[in-house]
Amino acid sequence: MNPVNYLYLAALLFTIGATGVLIRRNVIVVFMCIELMLNACNLAFVAFSRLHGNLDGQIIAFFTMVVAAAEVVVGLAIIVSLFRSRHSASVDDASLMKL
Amino acid sequence: MTGLAAYTTSTGEAFQFWVLGTVAVIGALCTILMRKAVHSALCLAGTMIILAVFYLANGAYFLGIVQIVVYTGAIMMLFLFVVMLVGVTAADSLTETIKGQRWLAALCGFGFAILLFAGIGNASVKDFNGLAKANEGGNVEGLASLIFTKYVFAFEITGALLITATVGAMVLTHRERTERAKTQRERSEERVRGKHLPPLPAPGVYARHNAVDIAGLLPDGTPSELTVNKTLRERGQIRDVSTEALNDLRALEQRAADRLERPDPHRKGGGRNGDGDRAEETEEASK
Repeated sequence: MNPVNYLYLAALLFTIGATGVLIRRNVIVVFMCIELMLNACNLAFVAFSRLHGNLDGQIIAFFTMVVAAAEVVVGLAIIVSLFRSRHSASVDDASLMKL
Repeated sequence: MTGLAAYTTSTGEAFQFWVLGTVAVIGALCTILMRKAVHSALCLAGTMIILAVFYLANGAYFLGIVQIVVYTGAIMMLFLFVVMLVGVTAADSLTETIKGQRWLAALCGFGFAILLFAGIGNASVKDFNGLAKANEGGNVEGLASLIFTKYVFAFEITGALLITATVGAMVLTHRERTERAKTQRERSEERVRGKHLPPLPAPGVYARHNAVDIAGLLPDGTPSELTVNKTLRERGQIRDVSTEALNDLRALEQRAADRLERPDPHRKGGGRNGDGDRAEETEEASK
């Protein structure tokens, strides 16, 4: 098996995540799909790091994780405040900027 | 991973890839297909753990551990926390707001996958270098030397980003207090005012009957409605026996008076005294 297969797996996971963002309407699930896409990118970075034989890809994946953690904190805070004001976790209900 | 330019991985790793890769894809599909957010979160957590195993297999030992600690440990638990906060039972609505949007989205995903796969397939990677040389002095040491030399600026920016995210989350979830906080005294007075705090008096207290539908008498002789069950009170099924009781009392007094006038011929002296005592007692009771 060639490690390129990891790239195929990453592409597949990324596609599944992107499709999930398109078809789901629950904010939290959409957010989880974004996390899945970030993870797929991380897998691709790690596989590239192995293919190229240096650690730069792993560094990038590490930074991706940090940014993902920060993003999750802010995103979930936004979801909580959205739910407080609208009493719904559906992205369709948040069609107006103001209540 | 052995030589500088290998062409294939070990059979064990291939087996691991095909088994765990299948599970990871199934987990990802379950994430987007499960109706409840909790199930989605659990499936995603499983996929992330499998990705951590893949990181370890790819020689990224530090990232594998960080993946488990940060993603499945912190981020997914945060997700579950918010799911609980928003409501576990809130299932996704299945009505489509845009007609045929789901199939179009699936089609787009399919096309995108073909695009990505074709791109990777065109790359025609025959050999790979492996991380044996890069991981020589230890994976963590290698990463650290890179982070603190080549990527030190990005690392410091990351610190600023984390601080900003923390402050942002606090600002977003903070709610301004619109009214003055109540003192302890005000709250305790609020709790006591306008309510009957001690247990309700039992029926029949100070009364001459103790049936549940008979109101107990207050010390001044008036019946208290509180002593009767709420249901009976609302149905209006309270039996008021105060008049009956007064009549009984009157009859008793009458009988006592009759006896005093016509003393019992069989009992003399002591009997008369006893009758007088009882009469006095009934008089006192009627008062």
